[in-house]
Amino acid sequence: MLLRHTPAEVADRKALTVNPAKTCQPIGAMYAAFGIKGCLPHSHGSQGCCAYHRSALTRHYKEPVSATTSSFTEGSSVFGGQSNLLSAIETIFTVYEPDVIAVHTTCLSETIGDDIPQIADKARKEGKVPDGKYVIHCNTPSYVGSHVTGFSNMVRGMVHYFSEGTGHRNGKINILPGWVEPSDMEELRRLAKMMEVKTILFPDTSGVMNGPLTGEYKMFPDGGATVADIKDAGNSMGTLALGEWASADAARLLDTKCKVPCKVLDLPIGLAATDRFIDALRLVAGTVVPDSIAFERGQLVDLISDYHQWTYGKKVALVGDPDQLISLCEFLVTLDMKPAHVITGTPGKRFEERIKEICPEANVKAGQQADMFLLHQWMLGEPVDLIIGNTYCKYMARDLDIPLVRHGFPILDRPGHQYFPTVGYKGAMRLLESIIGAILDRKDRDDPEETFELVI
Amino acid sequence: MATTKKKKALPSPEEVRAEIISKYPPKVARKRAKQIVTPGEGQEGCAPEIMANVRTIPGILTMRGCTYAGCKGVILGPTRDIVNITHGPIGCGFYSWLTRRNQTRPASPEHPNYMPYCFSTDMQDEDIIFGGEKKLRAAVQEAFDLFHPQAIAIFSTCPVGLIGDDVHAIAKEMKEKLGINVFAFSCEGYKGVSQSAGHHIANNQIFKHVVGTDDTPPAGKFKITMLGEYNIGGDAFEIERILDKCGITLVATFSGNSTYDQFARAHTADLCTVMCHRSINYVADMLEQKYGIPWIKVNFIGAKATAKSLRRIAQYFGDKALIEKVEAVIAEEMPAVDAVAAEVAPRTTGKTAMLFVGGSRAHHYQDLFSEMGMKTLSAGYEFAHRDDYEGRSVIPTIKVDADSRNIEEIEVVPDEKRFKPRKTEAEIKALMAEGFPYKDYEGMMAQMEKTSLVIDDLNQYEAEKLIEIYKPDVFCAGIKEKFSVQKLGIPMKQLHSYDSGGPYAGFQGAINFYREIDRLVNSKVWGYMQAPWQKNPELSATYVWE
Repeated sequence: MLLRHTPAEVADRKALTVNPAKTCQPIGAMYAAFGIKGCLPHSHGSQGCCAYHRSALTRHYKEPVSATTSSFTEGSSVFGGQSNLLSAIETIFTVYEPDVIAVHTTCLSETIGDDIPQIADKARKEGKVPDGKYVIHCNTPSYVGSHVTGFSNMVRGMVHYFSEGTGHRNGKINILPGWVEPSDMEELRRLAKMMEVKTILFPDTSGVMNGPLTGEYKMFPDGGATVADIKDAGNSMGTLALGEWASADAARLLDTKCKVPCKVLDLPIGLAATDRFIDALRLVAGTVVPDSIAFERGQLVDLISDYHQWTYGKKVALVGDPDQLISLCEFLVTLDMKPAHVITGTPGKRFEERIKEICPEANVKAGQQADMFLLHQWMLGEPVDLIIGNTYCKYMARDLDIPLVRHGFPILDRPGHQYFPTVGYKGAMRLLESIIGAILDRKDRDDPEETFELVI
Repeated sequence: MATTKKKKALPSPEEVRAEIISKYPPKVARKRAKQIVTPGEGQEGCAPEIMANVRTIPGILTMRGCTYAGCKGVILGPTRDIVNITHGPIGCGFYSWLTRRNQTRPASPEHPNYMPYCFSTDMQDEDIIFGGEKKLRAAVQEAFDLFHPQAIAIFSTCPVGLIGDDVHAIAKEMKEKLGINVFAFSCEGYKGVSQSAGHHIANNQIFKHVVGTDDTPPAGKFKITMLGEYNIGGDAFEIERILDKCGITLVATFSGNSTYDQFARAHTADLCTVMCHRSINYVADMLEQKYGIPWIKVNFIGAKATAKSLRRIAQYFGDKALIEKVEAVIAEEMPAVDAVAAEVAPRTTGKTAMLFVGGSRAHHYQDLFSEMGMKTLSAGYEFAHRDDYEGRSVIPTIKVDADSRNIEEIEVVPDEKRFKPRKTEAEIKALMAEGFPYKDYEGMMAQMEKTSLVIDDLNQYEAEKLIEIYKPDVFCAGIKEKFSVQKLGIPMKQLHSYDSGGPYAGFQGAINFYREIDRLVNSKVWGYMQAPWQKNPELSATYVWE
């Protein structure tokens, strides 16, 4: 047994987190910043933060993840990191020539209290920021919230620095996709295009975190939302913010700053959440949903009915991020599956309420000590048929001999998430394919010879 | 005559250096110029001076990580039976959770193994404001109540040092309260200039708090320690297999596939062998000063290097049976190695490599490449010091700067009870006269070609430049460099984590490495990058639909 020390009996913990179901803010800010075209994320802290975030994102995407660091030393920790950041800004614009440097802080620079806007302003006055180039920032203290909070903060930073209302509406709809995969962002754009809705989607990591192998290395790939588009987001007709945790703050700022009204929706994962997204997009854009989208929806419903026998009544344990889990649980209920245990390390009371609304019988916990150790203990007490979560779940899945469907962050040991979406109807079909595949692979493995079947 | 494409003459190393630094702001260029040298620049057969173990310039896309990573991740990461609690916000603990491919093999399913677990105090803003000591104390208690380990270690992250939590006082208090060993590391990420400081902090604390606490001598006639071996991809298993076959007892490994008890008994060995000179040579020195155990540098990366290292160990013990046994093992193992080397040679000979990794691997792996007939064009370390490049003879001349000064140096005196010189001075002298490399390491540059480039703390821009100029057949570095290199169509081998491969140490490891490099440099995938219409864009087709 790999996790041989996990006892079934749950003892109350108040201080120790074991096997976390979250990580820290800065990595979310770094990921979001890759969704701006020509942007170099910059970590204002010790070298290790940047190295760790780059490594984690690289392992998840198998793509180059180039970001810089202020390389704090003991001296900068005592006297503040101003000179490090000034030097970094000069070096970055000279050597790497990005259009934007997106600075996020760390627990170190937050504890010291470095004032990033003041330092960036000084850099500009000292001529270290070339004309037409930008230094934006967001605060991401690692001891507040989680990686999702950091993502949300950087998206908010994009609105804060760039979006402006010129008084001329552009006829577009903003879509804030939340922390989803590049493939998902691409899928959202595809759906909007099918509906002939003009959109501004940001951040957009498609084409950045799932690039081709051509023999050419582009430090700044062709993908990403342009600064011009994020500026123009202030002139859009409205904003659809996908996911309360990852997108709502930025959408609300667009509303107060540029008077662009917003609607916060669940991530369009699964049938019902995708229905709400498509319907909301139809209404805000004042358009009709084409038959081609209704066709995709119908295919999903068809698939649900074809394999309902194998999803019905199956118990599932889930761990991940709030926005994903809310929609995933709803989808599982749609399939007549039973979410039994739901864990997220990201804090938020509203999360537990939402999950209870969707699946009242589930065990649910969010925030501190809501970790995979607890999830493991819950599963030891009440076994499930399937686990849905990131790659770390494979240790529990192996010990407990329960099939695992990988979803969320990070996925370190399988390909697919970069290229194939789980949002939209097509995405739901892929997700369902994975779920059915996992359940039936297990059945085929375990069935005695006499009931081993060709046709299922 | 073979039809080989005429290669354009390569620029001289000096020209390459000048081209690389021309892009930098003046201050950066001045500093980087001192970190890029060519062994040919050295005077009177000595290696030239290289600037190393200095701060990375902010904003430079460095490969380096932090002190916490070096301490918790590298040194303590591979030890399976200590509960390692990260005191800090959640990230540091999360990122160092199972990501280094340290393998471990508990004696039985009942033996402890905490490596698949991540323990953290997950500090919140109130802990930063009011101090995190209370939470840390409670976390240690909860860890004890849940797992009852024989030791608990506490690792400080950046904010801990700033807010002034006294982790050592809490460790002491909990040690007394719980009756198990509890110790702490002041390994805040901002200390030092790289992971190297973290290695030092980790090793110092293990030396102070664990080594020498158990005098039970393990059975065996020839007892050694292996210092600086971290069992990535199973390297330690292969080294253990070979040593076992030779009849050499491995008392302790620091720290691949290790346990707390191994550290506690390390002082009962009669010889220390050092793999990664950078991360641990000072522990070897301290073990000699305190307990009287001599040390030598070894290298189990490369079949020939493995054989040489085994012979050195046998030479030290001077036992005829052992010397014969070692020769017999080498003779038994080498045919399989030679067969695979010969098999891949037609496809690897004449190919070129670059290695930028770690504090020893960029040197060690040159042996494996040369066994395959491959040439190292350029190499450098991520976090090494001058002695790792130039040899130990420069140690007295290395200036201690402010960043190194804040890393604790332990004063070691001979242990009253346990100090016992394993060899007399005369015996050591006699061994040295026979060529025994007592406490010696000549560094990376001694082995490299005069026109090669040695670059310390290489960054992404420089890597791209090197590839553009030299077009190596394989580039070796870490995960962060992996895909920017491969996008250029150059195969990239991770020498931190070995991608998903290994072991590469010892005889079996050499075979694995030959096959892996053969696979990489001859993979068909690099030929797929252009579509047919990109290769022949002219619209000259004659196919007609009419």
